[in-house]
Amino acid sequence: MRRLLAPIPIAVLAVVVALVALLAYGLASNEPDRGVEQALVAGGREPAPEFELPRLSGGGTASLADYRGKVVVLNFWASWCGPCKVESPLLQRWHERLVKRGGLVLGVDVQDISDDARAFVNEYGLTYPMLRDGPGDLRDDFGILGLPESFVIDRRGRIAAVVRGVVDDAFMRERVAPLLRERT
Amino acid sequence: MRGALAGAQLKAALAAALALPTAALAADCPQTTLGDVEDEVMCSICGTPLGLASEAPQAQRERAYIERLIADCRSKDEIKRALVAQFGESVLALPGDAGDDNGIEDTLVYVIPALGIVLAGAGIAFAATRWRRRPKPGTAGPTGDSGRVDLDMERYDL
Repeated sequence: MRRLLAPIPIAVLAVVVALVALLAYGLASNEPDRGVEQALVAGGREPAPEFELPRLSGGGTASLADYRGKVVVLNFWASWCGPCKVESPLLQRWHERLVKRGGLVLGVDVQDISDDARAFVNEYGLTYPMLRDGPGDLRDDFGILGLPESFVIDRRGRIAAVVRGVVDDAFMRERVAPLLRERT
Repeated sequence: MRGALAGAQLKAALAAALALPTAALAADCPQTTLGDVEDEVMCSICGTPLGLASEAPQAQRERAYIERLIADCRSKDEIKRALVAQFGESVLALPGDAGDDNGIEDTLVYVIPALGIVLAGAGIAFAATRWRRRPKPGTAGPTGDSGRVDLDMERYDL
């Protein structure tokens, strides 16, 4: 017993406990935030995090509050992201439909080279508003793990649906179009 | 024949004249390499230094961007500033690069590993000393009952 209480075993034990605590903290802090999905499953809608970002074109900034009263399909993408190329034409088509009925697609280019992003926008002929989040600050706010991800925000600024991956026509018809009939 | 030779000399002289400004420009160009820069910046979406992120698409785009800047004669500092403009200060990998030199974490980054090495060295030295001092099997030691009792008491710290 006295051997166990000697300074060396105690120091070794302390180091092991510290390492295990560090590992546990690392695992816990990397746990993705799934609060939005949990609220949606429970039938609720959480307010979307507010943000203000520079426009990708370089002309000033825009905030989510600027689009309050509209149904916003907030799409996070990057030019280096393969699946983003797949969904961009679909998002452009839906933007053209949504704009006529009080909605829009709002793109946020995440952790990307701005010239590459602008080349992507030109290549796919995207006309919906594009913002730029170079440092990727919104990734934590929205619990984004990969790209693309899209958040549908209702007219009152609440998150009404989420897609972790590529959006498709069925999602836009079933989860976005009905929101256009809602009042603010 | 002489005309052809004169023509060739003229072409060579023209080529040399054209090459001179390029060579002068190259000499003025700050010498940096992709390897030099990618050790000091992060692949921000991978969360690792760029040099370790070999396959990630974002890392490949970042490398291509750095190579464009190198070809554009930018120095390492200018390239790092350009990367900060694109990705924010989190793209800088070295402690203190982000301009927060007074932060204690910048010091701890160097102190903690050094402390770890010192502690590990001390531990190894301590263990080696104990190992060398242990009684070897078959060596002559205290004999008889009293000797065995002494050995047992020593072993169990009684």
